[in-house]
This record gives sequence, structure tokens and C-alpha cells, in this order.
Amino acid sequence: MTGPKTLAEKIWEAHVVDSPLADAARREALGDEAAGGVPTDLLYIDLHLVHEVTSPQAFEGLRLAGNSVRRPDLTLATIDHNVPTIGRDLPNPDPLSAQQIDVMRRNAEEFGIPLYDVFDMRQGIVHVIGPEQGLTQPGMTIVCGDSHTSTHGAFGALAFGIGTSEVEHVLATQTMRQVRPRTMSVEVTGELGPGVMAKDVILAIINEIGVDGGVGHVIEYRGEVIRNLSLEGRMTVCNMSIEGGARAGLVAPDETTFAYMQGRRHVPQGEDWDRALEYWRSLPTDQGATFDKEVVLDGANIPPFVTWGTNPGQSVTVNDAIPHPDSFDEPTKREAAARALEYQALEAGTPIRDIPIDRVFLGSCTNGRIEDLRSAASVIQGKRVADGVNAMVVPGSGLVKMQAEQEGLDQVFLDAGFEWRDAGCSMCLGMNPDILAPGERCASTSNRNFEGRQGPGGRTHLVSPAMAAAAAIAGHFVDVREVI
Amino acid sequence: MDAVTNVTGRAVPMDRSNVDTDQIIPAKYLKRIERTGYGPFAFEAWRKDPDFVLNNASYDGAVIMLAKHNFGSGSSREHAVWAIEGLGVRALIAPSFADIFRNNCFQGGILTVELPEEDVDELMRRATDDPTTEIEIDLETQTVRAAEWERTFEIDPFRKYRLQRGLDDISMTIEYDADVAAFEAQRSPLFPSTGV
Ligand code: SF4
Repeated sequence: MTGPKTLAEKIWEAHVVDSPLADAARREALGDEAAGGVPTDLLYIDLHLVHEVTSPQAFEGLRLAGNSVRRPDLTLATIDHNVPTIGRDLPNPDPLSAQQIDVMRRNAEEFGIPLYDVFDMRQGIVHVIGPEQGLTQPGMTIVCGDSHTSTHGAFGALAFGIGTSEVEHVLATQTMRQVRPRTMSVEVTGELGPGVMAKDVILAIINEIGVDGGVGHVIEYRGEVIRNLSLEGRMTVCNMSIEGGARAGLVAPDETTFAYMQGRRHVPQGEDWDRALEYWRSLPTDQGATFDKEVVLDGANIPPFVTWGTNPGQSVTVNDAIPHPDSFDEPTKREAAARALEYQALEAGTPIRDIPIDRVFLGSCTNGRIEDLRSAASVIQGKRVADGVNAMVVPGSGLVKMQAEQEGLDQVFLDAGFEWRDAGCSMCLGMNPDILAPGERCASTSNRNFEGRQGPGGRTHLVSPAMAAAAAIAGHFVDVREVI
Repeated sequence: MDAVTNVTGRAVPMDRSNVDTDQIIPAKYLKRIERTGYGPFAFEAWRKDPDFVLNNASYDGAVIMLAKHNFGSGSSREHAVWAIEGLGVRALIAPSFADIFRNNCFQGGILTVELPEEDVDELMRRATDDPTTEIEIDLETQTVRAAEWERTFEIDPFRKYRLQRGLDDISMTIEYDADVAAFEAQRSPLFPSTGV
């Protein structure tokens, strides 16, 4: 394909190892049935991140087939999903988690894969540690057996979540078979108001396009608001691309990206840096390139958002009330809203501000980075968590935790009555002991409010870190713009 | 992977949209390191409701699941596919599927068929009115049939080819080893390595 191209198309095309349907001889070999249609390309993978939960069956598959890991040097493993966030020096209270962690260690050793183990400072959530170590760079293809791999798209990388069979495929071949995605542009124009964060931007986008609005597409986030976000803010936006159904989400690399990367451990240095820069600068979408789908939002109209339902598209602004199911035109949305309200034990018409909360979770690959902790800390400084509310901070990595401690943020949180934990996924998905009790209601900075996501019977409301912090102090949701 | 050519049998109607993978298989079961045995935990929370469709014995033995928009949304856990497989389901019919879930189905040899919403609704109606309704999915002709009712569906030809032959993805790609090596030879040395 010649002519102007999008960022995603450029990266894709630079990584095609083989496109069987584009080649007459191969088509012959595959039989005529496979001819025509959308190319299912064989794509080279530059970085494969592995964690304990979605990999054991993949390694077992390798062993059974007698395969090795083709490029251990392009693979990195960590332990994040079910590691406890307190008492790590004690025996793991859950024998199944302990076994899974142990299996990860043994697999990393057997197949020669670098592992950031539980007591390594660099340990943390896969999508936090890649960027932190400078392993995530523009123009790369990145995969991980985790749907929030799209986070890495913030650097202008093409990053996909994959299942366990595909994990095995990438381990064995360093490639992946994928149908070429369609492209979608989401442009956020104008300027955000004070107190409005990247999390509000992505919640507004998902509210607009719906939880399946991006299916089959790679979203490129564009426009002034995105350009003005910090790199960490862009990660928050790209992180939740999957919540809009998209296969990936990315942002064109620019000076913000390069400044964030410079000096990080795995980033090219010296002359290599200059050469890399040249390549990175060639990546942004060309003038005149077209997208299969385009959406535009006005950033000035985005207030803080709060989800009320059981999918990330079921949200309203903090000053709205819970919508009535009848207010939805489509029957499926009506039914979904009614079911969600029942599960969440909420009445239509209740102002969001009147919803009391029991728990606050500050963390996850969406909002567990240093800027997130800083913004929450600035809201709670000198205040106390409301009576009856249990609030917890789980930094995204050991290094985020260390940085926060150097800045004294841990003390701000502890003084306010928050718990200060070790790094991991924690209550984002409730695979470790950090879970909601049935019926408990949580203001959470994570990415999914599905039924039971944070523990069976638990009720989740997704918000930004500043909104979560403000809710912790008030004991119910408040408009953070009024308390900063 | 076993070859898939035809799936025929009863269909269980899952009359909800955006069914997410946390419902299909809750996170606590992802601690298992096996690939099988997830069927008993599938839809665990919803199964506590006696009226939930999977508790209706008339659908026992169903090999097809009918679903609404965006089935399988959320996490990349392939355990969701293993759970559905564990229920005895061999094919899913819905207006749309979440991308990663559909990829995972394909890996496990579970056929995903996309039909327009009104067609899926018609099949739901039939399967609800009469749970013994037989539905046939023929991959060769890309047809879904229920008695006199018939529709065709689209499928990526490459995927169809491989499903029909039960070809294993990895051994197929390993045949492209020379291409991968050639790609690696010209790949920029500036891309990072995870070592040291
Ligand atoms: S923090 Fe949550 S969303 Fe992110 S990788 Fe962990 S479990 Fe997945």
C-alpha cells in the first residue's frame, strides 16, 4: 500500500513477516479455499510480556511439543496478578497462587526468560514496568496475555492483548497471526478543565462510542487534549481502549514521549538515540491518511465521570443522577441498565453525590503510576478518610512505590488513614486476598466494573485518582473540582 | 486441535448483551494451571439464580450457545473459552463478539458465527419456545439452518481453511522459520532487548 498512512498501518506493515494471501505461491500451497478476504498476516513481535496467570498452559504446551522460546531476549516475565500486597515475606496464604507463582519462576528459569520476581524492585504490573524500564518504545509491536496491553500504545507502539494459545505461539515463534485491523480516529479537541484527568477523558470516550464501539479497530487518540496529556495520562487513556472494544489504542510519539523515555534503562543512548529519534519521528500518521471510523469529542465539555453500572460505558458525570433504564432508546441498553441497577443496588434518580462508599482502591495499570499517586495525595493532604471507609493505595510497581516514598507521598496517605501496600494488580481483579466483601461499594481507579470483578457481590464505581481520593475523604462521591 | 466441519444440536439462548469474561469464568479460577476442568465454574455467579438459562435442564447437552452483542468482552483469559468448551458448547452464534475472545475461540476450535441481530433474535425465539430445536452450522457452505430457516455467514477464509483441517497454528508457523529468520536479519538493532 502506498500513499498516506496512519501510525498503526505503518507499524503493522513494518512487521509483516508473511502475508500468505498476498502471495500466489503460498495461496496455492494453502489451497484455494484460503484465497481472498482480509489478509491474516504473520506479524513479528518486538516485545512479549509474560505473567503468572495466563502463561502456565502456554509453557506446558511448549514442553509437550518440544519447542523452545525463540527469543527469550525479547521476552520479560513478572509476577503481578495474584501476588499479595502485604506480608510478602510470609508464606503465601493461598496455595493455588503460591503454586502459580512458583510455576512462573520455574518456567522463566527453564526457558531462560528474564523475570522480575516478587522481591525485585522492578517487579510490578506488566503494563507499568515495560514503560518504566524503557522497554516500551515507539514503532514496536508488543503483546501480552492480558487485555490491557493497549497501555503501551501511549508511546506510539502497536500493543495487543492475546490469549494463552497465542502466548504459546509467540513464545515459540516470536510472531503472531492476526487479521489486519481497521483504523479509528478519536480526536479530543480543546482543553480540559481543572480537576479533569485522563481517566475522565477515556470514560467520556467509552460513554460516547459504547463498550463495543471499537471492535475490530485500532484507535488512534488525537487532538489537542491528547497532545497536552502527560505520557502517563496517555497510558491511562490507551489502557482502557479494550473497554471500548478496540483491539489496541495508540498515540503518535512526540517530544513528550521522547522526554519521558530519555535515560531509561533499555532506551538507546548516544548516537543510537539520534538514529532512533529519526525513526520515531517518521511514525506519526501522514497528512491526508484516512481512518475507517472517526469520532470527535470536545475536551472542554468533559467533567469528572463516575460509572454507575456494570460495564465501563455505563457512566454519568459526577453532578448527574443515576439514569432511569427507560431513558435508553435501545431495548438491550434498557435491559442492561435495569440489571446493572439491580446488581449495584442503586435507584434511578439518585444523585451520584449521594452514593455512600465503603472502600477506595487506588492502583492498577490504569492509575497506579506516580502522577496518579501525586494527584490523589494532593487532594487528601492534611485530611482524614471518612469514618467507616477503608482506603488502600497499591502502587503499580516497586519503583513507583519507592519514588512515592522518596517524595513523602506514603506519609500523606498514611496520615490520612490510607493503607500503603506493595505493588501488584491487587483489587483490580481480586485474585489475591484484596477483595470486596459481598455488597461492599468501592470507588476504584481500576478499569472494570463488571459484576464481581473486585470480589463476588462487590460493587465497583470507576473514577479518576483525584475523584477516588475526594470520595475517600467525604465517604461519598463529590465533585473533586470543588475540593481542590 | 480437532477439525471442525459441522456443529448440529440444541442451542442454549444467553439472552444478554456484553457478557464479559469475568462472568464466563471468575478470576479466582484462573489460578489453576490446567487447560481443562473449567466447565463446572462457568457462569458461577449467574448460576446461583435458579431461573438462569443454564439451570434449565431442557438445554442440557446443548452444543450451541446463542448470545447477544459483544459476547466475551473484557479480559484476554482463554479460560473463558475453556469454560465454554467445558459446558459442551462447540459453537457460538451472536451479532458480534469481542475480538480477543473470538481469537481465543478460534484457537480452541470453537466456531464463532456472526449473524445480524434480527437473525440471532429469531434463533433465540425458536430455542426459547422449543428447547429441542435443532440448529445446524455447516462450515463448508457457511450456512446456519433451523428446519426451513436458513442464513449464510461470513468467515475469514484463512481461518475457515485451518478450522476445517484442524491445523495447529504453531506447527504451521514453524514452517515459515526461514521467513522469520530473514525478517530478524534485517530488523533494526535499535529495538530493545530484555536481557541484562
Ligand atoms: S492491574 Fe488489573 S487490568 Fe491491569 S494487568 Fe493487572 S489485573 Fe489486568
